[in-house]
Amino acid sequence: MTRALALCAAAALAAAAYLAPAAGQMKAPAPAQAKAPAPAQAKAPAPAQAKAPGQGKAPAAERDATTADFEKFREVLEADNPAELFEAKGAELWKTPRGPKNASLERCDLGLGPGVVKGAYVQLPRYFADAGKVMDAERRIVHCMVTLQGFDAAELAKQPFSTDTRTPDPVAITTFVAGQSRDMKIAPPQKLPQEREAYAVGREIFFYRAGAYDFSCASCHGEDGKRIRTQQLPNFTRADEAVRSYQGWPGYRMTGGVMHTLQWRLWDCFRQQRFPEPGYVSDSLTALLTYLAVNSSGQVYKGPGIKR
Amino acid sequence: MADPMKIRAKLDGDVLDVRVLMAHPMETGQRKDAAGNVVPLHFIQTVTAQLNGKTVLQADISQAISRNPVFGFRLKGAKAGDKLAIAWVDNKGDKRTDEITVGAG
Repeated sequence: MTRALALCAAAALAAAAYLAPAAGQMKAPAPAQAKAPAPAQAKAPAPAQAKAPGQGKAPAAERDATTADFEKFREVLEADNPAELFEAKGAELWKTPRGPKNASLERCDLGLGPGVVKGAYVQLPRYFADAGKVMDAERRIVHCMVTLQGFDAAELAKQPFSTDTRTPDPVAITTFVAGQSRDMKIAPPQKLPQEREAYAVGREIFFYRAGAYDFSCASCHGEDGKRIRTQQLPNFTRADEAVRSYQGWPGYRMTGGVMHTLQWRLWDCFRQQRFPEPGYVSDSLTALLTYLAVNSSGQVYKGPGIKR
Repeated sequence: MADPMKIRAKLDGDVLDVRVLMAHPMETGQRKDAAGNVVPLHFIQTVTAQLNGKTVLQADISQAISRNPVFGFRLKGAKAGDKLAIAWVDNKGDKRTDEITVGAG
């Protein structure tokens, strides 16, 4: 515990040196709100996030005709999102008695009390005393599937991501749960020491350079104006762009017609950085998700999204 | 029956703007799976729309239509309280029907 805290302090110092001090710099535990005085690059009119398309808007200085076209394209797509089909599937899985214990998930406590789904997704990750751990949405759902329904955790971890022919149950259920927080403000709790520790560890991981290319999450997502090919990379350390890490996930990816959650997205980030594979619903991913969720606090979550 | 559709219908005067989201793999029969075997042809062949039991639209579609397709069309002569039913049948004989009641515009 002490070593972890010392590392966190060191990481915080390292982070401050690594990134040029900017008005939008995140500080633990409570990050700056979205409407804080914005640096020069922030978008000029700041419309209510609820009106913006799922992916959010690039800073005004970079917005051009191509980006405007992409955003219009996304708005049209979001009108009828196949993710809704997975929300419906997840809703069915939630109430159907299944597994060795032949029980439904209706007694699953996602943080707001047993069976309370509405609003739960935007108040995760959080600490759960019954598990002694901070958990994100998918991790908590898997926990409930194991404890309430008797499913085997190792089996669920074997092939946890969607393919073109199979959508794992936790993915559909997470999509359903996420949809029940549609149009609500992202508000993960940071009251308990374990929750604050998860944020600090997540931030350390975010800035930790490793792997064959010496990448960290911050390599791509720690500065303004970065881009990979045609994909603009939001700066997750800024309050007004951090929500783009959260918004749109779980997301339906049209390529292959697959439903993906944040567990998949972070796994894929690790793969792209040529890092070792992170454990499914592991502590490190929960910590990273806590960092991203807390950074997005106050922004409106518009529900499952759609992607290329 | 197959997985349910999501039907949205917005009334503007007497014109009903309908969008149907259908859950279907829509396999072209030209894809190969990880093992190298061809994934068999499996797609919705016909879509019909009925307003209060009367067929108002019939579409014959092909495997060129994408997975989980969205079908949008406009229907004249609808009013609030009408029953709109959409049905599809695929090349394997699997089918699905869903119905909604048209809300006020």
